[in-house]
Amino acid sequence: MSATLSARIIEFSTTGGMLRAVLVRALVVLLCVGLLAPIVVVVVLSFSGDGYMRFPPESFSFRWYERFLGDHRWRNAILNSVLVAGMTCVFATFLGFLAAYAMVRGGFRAKGAVTAFLLAPLIVPHVVTAIGIYYLSSKWGLVGVRPWIAVSHAVVALPVVLVILQSALRAVDPNLERAAMIFGCDRWGVFRRVVLPLTLPAVVSAALFSFLTSFDELMISLFLAGVRAETLPVRIWNSLLLEVEPTIAAVSTLLIGVTVIALLADWGVRQYRARALPDTTKGP
Amino acid sequence: MPLGRLGAFLLLGPSLLLLVLVFLVPIGWFITGALGELGSFADIREEAVAVLGSRAVLGAILNTNWIAFLVTVMVLLIGYPVAYALTRAKGIAFTLILVCIILPYFTSVIVRTYAWMVLLGRNGLINQALLALGIVDAPLDLMYNRLGVVIGMTYVLLPYMVLTLYSAMKAVDPRLLQAAEGMGASPLRVFLKVFLPLTLHGVIAGALIVFILGIGFFITPALMGGPSDIMIAMLIEREIELTQNWPTAALMTLVLLAVTLSLYAVYQRFANQTEGLAP
Repeated sequence: MSATLSARIIEFSTTGGMLRAVLVRALVVLLCVGLLAPIVVVVVLSFSGDGYMRFPPESFSFRWYERFLGDHRWRNAILNSVLVAGMTCVFATFLGFLAAYAMVRGGFRAKGAVTAFLLAPLIVPHVVTAIGIYYLSSKWGLVGVRPWIAVSHAVVALPVVLVILQSALRAVDPNLERAAMIFGCDRWGVFRRVVLPLTLPAVVSAALFSFLTSFDELMISLFLAGVRAETLPVRIWNSLLLEVEPTIAAVSTLLIGVTVIALLADWGVRQYRARALPDTTKGP
Repeated sequence: MPLGRLGAFLLLGPSLLLLVLVFLVPIGWFITGALGELGSFADIREEAVAVLGSRAVLGAILNTNWIAFLVTVMVLLIGYPVAYALTRAKGIAFTLILVCIILPYFTSVIVRTYAWMVLLGRNGLINQALLALGIVDAPLDLMYNRLGVVIGMTYVLLPYMVLTLYSAMKAVDPRLLQAAEGMGASPLRVFLKVFLPLTLHGVIAGALIVFILGIGFFITPALMGGPSDIMIAMLIEREIELTQNWPTAALMTLVLLAVTLSLYAVYQRFANQTEGLAP
């Protein structure tokens, strides 16, 4: 605390330092506004009542939402997106939890290699992953099959789940699990009564982010959706190739809304965890 | 509670199976299967030389590297001060800066790209503003060219850089900076001689991750680029969507994959260093 305070004092000790601090602050404010502005502009435009895109809009209305929700193809896309993301969320969170537990508690060699492999879908260009899966899917008639798209999305959602759950599991003291076992719990009991309650907030976070990963994913869906299972990002892509129209602003706002809700829920879960659960992390 | 090797294997099994069956095998099968269509090894080599030496592919590889490089530089220039501010900020300022990074980070790439298309288009908001203010007489071409691609990709990739730099900067002991100041170093000198060297591994790790993700980019350049901004991922997609030319796509994929994985191996070294330094 005092270290940062004296750092502050040094920073402001000269007028040059003061000027520089103000300039840095102005620059950061400008950059942050620039980061958020595109998203805010899209949200505002989606409520525009004007016939073409003008900012700020002269009038406000829900006409683009009516257009969006009035079109059965867009409604189908919402349904596809929700179903696929829901299935992805269940697959990825379930598999990811088991794997994260094994990575944190397991004693085996080649852990580094396994980690690298499990995280590889984040690094390998999505276009490569998508084409690989498409090659297989087109041979086996799996294009346009929603559960299959969800399984494919689980490949890219799994690393996200793993990162979240591994750090949560590391914070659970293994002695609690040992104690539960001494008191007569079997492995399943230890899991249900100790591990799961302690990591539940992180499991919710993992589920939220795996849902979001699938909900926002475009590359794999683009290849696998076919005409039957178009998701929202795929439909946005198809219409953007034709023109940049305000209906997309309404669709985008829906996607942004889902992101905001997921982030808020995650934040709420963290708050809950900080308040309600004892910190079982050992000190540094 | 420690797990035996068998237990760990059983728990890891489903995830490994998923990645092997829906990630490793499909990519491997696609590459070997598509190349197998060409015939013998000599045929593949001949085709590889023809494809990878062709004007279109060489041009795309050049474009890809150049665009990824420009984007990396832009992201670094913008990301460094933002990450620094995030390291120093407290309370509400910290939350605000974090929101400005995290919200775009978790917003769909297609939505972020669309947002910039709205801003940069010929009748886009920026041109409308510039015309209204009388700064320009005719709308500027801000999109469907390299400028648009670089702006869009910079926006999409910026959070990766900021978050990587943040973890590196957070690990720097502020007392070191104070000590340097106390011994009479100018702020610039403190930055150049203490802070920059201590965060350099973060800069390298961030630059590598942005470059790695940049060379595999598809969505943003495909929507915001012009005819001369074809990147390798777009060429691969086109070979399959338009001409169903699997062997050519497989050869380009192999190149992209090899470069990505080699750079990732280098990245791992710097990323581990970042983790090691974190408190």
